[in-house]
Amino acid sequence: MIPALAPNLRTAFDRLRTITFGADQPLLLSSGQRLSPLTIAYETYGELNADRSNAVLVCHALTGDQFLAAPNPLTGRPAWWPRIVGPGKPIDTNRFFVICSNVLGGCMGTTGPASAAPDGQPYGLRFPGVTVADMVRAQAMLIEALGIDTLFCVIGGSLGGMQALQWAAAYPKRVFACAPIATAARHSAQNIAFYEVGRQAIMADPDWRAGDYLQAGVRPSKGLAVARMAAHITYLSEQALRRKFDRALQDRTAVSFGFDADFQVESYLRHQGTSFVDRFDANSYLYITRAIDYFDLAADFGGGLAQAFKDAATRFCVFGFSSDWHYPAAGNKEIARALIAAGAEASYVEIDTDKGHDAFLVEEPHFESALTGFIDAAAAARGLSLAAGG
Amino acid sequence: MALARIEDEKPVPREARRRQSVRLEHEIIADMVSPGARVLDVGCGDGALLELLAARKGVRGRGLELSQQGVNSCVAKGLAVVQGDADSDLAHYPADAFDYVILSDTIQQVRFPRKVLQELARISTRAIVSFPNFGHWTVRWQLLTQGRMPDTDVLPTRWCETENLHFCTVRDFAELARELGLVVERATPIAGGRAGAPFAETLWRANWFAEEAIFLLSRDKA
Repeated sequence: MIPALAPNLRTAFDRLRTITFGADQPLLLSSGQRLSPLTIAYETYGELNADRSNAVLVCHALTGDQFLAAPNPLTGRPAWWPRIVGPGKPIDTNRFFVICSNVLGGCMGTTGPASAAPDGQPYGLRFPGVTVADMVRAQAMLIEALGIDTLFCVIGGSLGGMQALQWAAAYPKRVFACAPIATAARHSAQNIAFYEVGRQAIMADPDWRAGDYLQAGVRPSKGLAVARMAAHITYLSEQALRRKFDRALQDRTAVSFGFDADFQVESYLRHQGTSFVDRFDANSYLYITRAIDYFDLAADFGGGLAQAFKDAATRFCVFGFSSDWHYPAAGNKEIARALIAAGAEASYVEIDTDKGHDAFLVEEPHFESALTGFIDAAAAARGLSLAAGG
Repeated sequence: MALARIEDEKPVPREARRRQSVRLEHEIIADMVSPGARVLDVGCGDGALLELLAARKGVRGRGLELSQQGVNSCVAKGLAVVQGDADSDLAHYPADAFDYVILSDTIQQVRFPRKVLQELARISTRAIVSFPNFGHWTVRWQLLTQGRMPDTDVLPTRWCETENLHFCTVRDFAELARELGLVVERATPIAGGRAGAPFAETLWRANWFAEEAIFLLSRDKA
């Protein structure tokens, strides 16, 4: 495996916790291709109880990783969901066995375009196209390998929410509760357009080298940074940008009449871009955004979203955020309506906030209290006690 | 002594009377619902009625509620509730999805009561609707003698601050139900914190003496 990370991180890569499925267990992809071998990198928190009924699968978003409740030892980045997962948190690790795996096509240890193909060279663009359904199938292999039949809860925001929905649709008997957050049952034209801008930025970088940059010892950092900057704007809201930056200038008292970062918002975005390229692989970004573009759950189930959840015995709680324009609240409510039309036990909670799409990652007390309520009520219905290990 | 004792007996404050009457209303509604039914409570608040129905009648309950606080407490109780409002959300429920849909003390607060009632009849076999009766004699008396909007236990909020948009009387409501081809299976008047009202054997009399009314409607089978 040749990880596409900054050189100082490469030596640390074998410290990741992984499971590898060999030639006897290929992953059958939506495209019809087979992927083998398949390595899945994952983290767990808490203890699996005796009857294996307290497992929570958290699905991460586009640029997330498996380190949701502890710092990533490779990048040094802090846990990405510390407010939600941990001892005494809404998803209490004293009580639940929490699993999070790096998505298929990712770059934090799970097989992706930066991984070595059977010929020893990085896959690059030879990596097969993957879908959200493929990501979930890979997770299902991991869950089975961990000896878990039914997940107490599948939860995730954004792409993680798509995976949660896919789980409930594909494995209705194996998901007791499901919490899709700030997500969509189908990626919109506007979002496909934004991701296409990002992909074009990566592919326009001369260092991309038609996807073979790893062999050349370079990385399309400029293109990837621009991709991240464009996407990041969609994760914020107009109100939040005004509140945080407005037109404030960066380390200066007057505009420079040049193209340096005059405004704080420019400086912020540039930082978002440059800090991203050290931890993320450009080809992974292409593959995962493509998987998101392709996501249309209703289309996969004959056109009606309710059809996807026809036999769901799962309890759902869908969360939308009022200022999210990446995956607007209305789209999240549509998911809840489809669930209701399917006769499923579904709640929809809309959080009034100016924090945009990324609201699920930051402090949002109403969201946290509603999520805690949903998890606790589901745990009671599942017969999981409040004591550690349930 | 006797006088002092009378002064000690503080009148029950209006808010407490209101809470009592809500509990009474929930009891009456629970009595109307058959066991194991599929129920949608529109404007379910903190989910108290849905909880009562689940405990007493084993219903499969669903809720619709506008307020964040209400939705959060419902979700925390393990109830399935959607954040939304009657005017815009009922249209998205499939036909015949429920056996009962409950609109408790809410119809006077929606923008289009007629349309909402039609939606209730579409998505459910039966509808239970409760509302304050604007035809109660004290309301008429206050209008007649003072020429002012009423100030009563069931209508305690000033005209300019109330969330109520469309007041109706028992007679008005019965007429609308008939217009929409709905059958009044039961109509329970409430007055003085009790089910039933003096002289309320007919709708005409209930319209004078019911402070609130709870209607159980069903689709015309004909």
